[in-house]
Amino acid sequence: MKNPSVDTHLLPADSGTIGTEPLLAVDNLHVEFSTRQGVARAVNGVSYALNAGETLAVLGESGSGKSVTAQAIMGILDMPPARIPKGEIRFRGTDLLQLSEAQRSQIRGQQIAMIFQDALSALNPVFTVGWQIAEMFRVHKGMSKKAAYAKAVELMDRVRIPAAKQRVNDYPHQFSGGMRQRIMIAMSIALDPEVLIADEPTTALDVTVQAQIMELLAELQRESNMGLILITHDLGVVADVADKIAVMYGGRIVENAPVHDIYRNAAHPYTKGLLESIPRVDMKGQELYAIKGLPPNLLDMPTGCAFHPRCPFRQDDCVTDVPALHEISGTRSSACHYWREVLDGTAG
Amino acid sequence: MAPQGDPILEVRDLVKHFPLTQGIVMKRQIGAIKAVDGVSFDLRRGETLGVVGESGCGKSTLAKLLMALEKPTSGSVKVNGELVDVHKGSNLKRFRRNIQMVMQDPYTSLNPRMTVGDIIGEPYEIHTEVAPKGDRRKKVQDLLEVVGLNPDHINRYPHQFSGGQRQRIGIARGLALQPEIIICDEPVSALDVSIQAQVINLLERLQSEFGLAYIFIAHDLSVVRHISDRVAVMYLGKIVEIGKDTEIYDKPSHPYTQALLSAVPVPDPEGRETRERIILQGDPPSPANPPSGCRFRTRCWKAQEICAVEEPLLQIRPGTDHESACHFAEVHDVVHAS
Ligand SMILES: Nc1ncnc2c1ncn2[C@@H]1O[C@H](COP(=O)(O)OP(=O)(O)OP(=O)(O)O)[C@@H](O)[C@H]1O
Ligand SMILES: Nc1ncnc2c1ncn2[C@@H]1O[C@H](COP(=O)(O)OP(=O)(O)OP(=O)(O)O)[C@@H](O)[C@H]1O
Ligand code: SF4
Ligand code: SF4
Ligand SMILES: [Mg+2]
Ligand SMILES: [Mg+2]
Repeated sequence: MKNPSVDTHLLPADSGTIGTEPLLAVDNLHVEFSTRQGVARAVNGVSYALNAGETLAVLGESGSGKSVTAQAIMGILDMPPARIPKGEIRFRGTDLLQLSEAQRSQIRGQQIAMIFQDALSALNPVFTVGWQIAEMFRVHKGMSKKAAYAKAVELMDRVRIPAAKQRVNDYPHQFSGGMRQRIMIAMSIALDPEVLIADEPTTALDVTVQAQIMELLAELQRESNMGLILITHDLGVVADVADKIAVMYGGRIVENAPVHDIYRNAAHPYTKGLLESIPRVDMKGQELYAIKGLPPNLLDMPTGCAFHPRCPFRQDDCVTDVPALHEISGTRSSACHYWREVLDGTAG
Repeated sequence: MAPQGDPILEVRDLVKHFPLTQGIVMKRQIGAIKAVDGVSFDLRRGETLGVVGESGCGKSTLAKLLMALEKPTSGSVKVNGELVDVHKGSNLKRFRRNIQMVMQDPYTSLNPRMTVGDIIGEPYEIHTEVAPKGDRRKKVQDLLEVVGLNPDHINRYPHQFSGGQRQRIGIARGLALQPEIIICDEPVSALDVSIQAQVINLLERLQSEFGLAYIFIAHDLSVVRHISDRVAVMYLGKIVEIGKDTEIYDKPSHPYTQALLSAVPVPDPEGRETRERIILQGDPPSPANPPSGCRFRTRCWKAQEICAVEEPLLQIRPGTDHESACHFAEVHDVVHAS
């Protein structure tokens, strides 16, 4: 293992898969929040799997539960108000939801790490960025202050912060949005995790730095066979780096597929609408295609298929029957009653 | 609506330097971060100027200067021909109603202790003339609907919304006072493409209805292309190329613009292994200590001796039809942002 100081006896020590068990498997996960207005069902049966060295892109509507699922994997949801009534999150075959908080904090940051969507609020404004990165090495690796600072500068260099040595004592607000995100990335990879969850890691970055960061993540992946869960809205980045894709809507997975299949031909109307919304050069001056209607109300989810109020292909049974996640092939599935018609273009 | 008339916003030689200090107890100034270093442009009614460029090149600082949230080190901003004076309260109030901003960071820009209704309606507290008290709730609900949120959620708090939903709250707030100019700093980067499309359609609709002018800062070059009439490319605090959208995207003449466009990820996995890209070499230089002459020269594959000595001015050059700050500006075909 990479982290000798970590007590790993809980978990089988081989890398990659255990039998057919993936490195990380989310299985029928449910997460709900109690709010003053009622119970908000943010995650309603999410399943996805990640193997070592693989990149899984999680796409989906804002508010569809991508970040909440990730927070459940990390074990950082505030409970209450959050509750996990059902589901498993298996890391190397062990259900993380059955572990004690002490056991989970051993795994968090060291074996499963996360880059957060909100870089500014994730960094502590009263400490210098150098201090915050160095703290990772001091707490987890017992390094001296000096060695930990040297490591911090090295990591800042690695994520391409210009003049890292001079800026190590600057505070988060003194960096641009993009640079803060690079500092977050530095902190998340500091301890060489086996699974990295990157929640919108490049949203705030320009395309050249984005290309560098994605390259950096790919390099880390090659070096250590790290599994990467990439949550993003950028369909360009997904097309570039993903091995497979999970599409979420209303707290569920609506489509699971290898990257090439989905871009060639979507098997769920939501995915189809998403791909059609990408601005293209020939659309200049015209209205862009957008999926009609409002996102579902989590306090009062639509009956049947959660997408039915917005779906151009809706039939009567969509309003009454919840579609199962139909298997299309060994690697592909869709939660639409009419996936065949959607795929061959005869739906609607 | 086609951009028309006199400029509504005139920016001249705008500069913002942040002091760079050393020492924890006794701070000494050891230099300055040249975040914005001589930026000039005009914006007309109904026009959208896209601003693109590397992280840290000064886009958000420029936005804050235009909003008078930061004091410029030097240079001037005129709105409707009137100089913005950050020291004059009455001048500022009028000006602030006219120019609004939608922020980059939907997490920290919303007060967690206020309801969504209060956040969106807050500008009405200061500018009571826009909406009398009795009308406010209805106005706020209309705004929620306009940005694609459920009007019934008016009493919720920001933490109960996702990142993308919070960004729409910010947009609704920016629209509250019906300003003439809206500065959008990464307004759609946290949104999924379908909601992004809705927001862009919305911004375009508001523009044609009310003649709004936008400064649209974004990293997504296909979005910028879609919405912009003109595009300014920034590098290390300066505009290096500016022109009509077609001039920038189809005939980029500055090497940095060319590299930027070639790095745009294409939303199609076919052939991703073989796609051609100009990968910029080296690190972005520190804005505290920009290179002499042309600031891009440390990463430019075309750099000659003159580039280290003489600063290339932003001007129309032989062989180009728009302004470019490169001694060797020439049109180059790149892999286009789709
Ligand atoms: N503490 C909470 N209380 C109530 N609802 C919550 C809470 N946290 C999240 N939610 C709700 O859970 C849903 C899922 O949120 P989540 O942050 O996972 O969305 P997301 O898919 O990551 O969206 P985005 O792409 O916009 O980041 C949202 O509708 C959000 O409003
Ligand atoms: N208050 C401040 N004090 C010191 N330096 C600052 C301050 N605000 C910004 N800077 C610096 O000014 C430069 C420009 O920052 P700015 O936020 O304008 O960049 P940006 O182009 O918006 O980047 P991004 O695309 O990452 O948002 C950066 O080097 C940043 O670190
Ligand atoms: S099940 Fe029906 S409503 Fe749902 S996505 Fe398929 S066709 Fe549309
Ligand atoms: S002036 Fe010289 S260094 Fe600068 S972009 Fe042009 S060729 Fe490159
Ligand atoms: Mg999220
Ligand atoms: Mg910025």
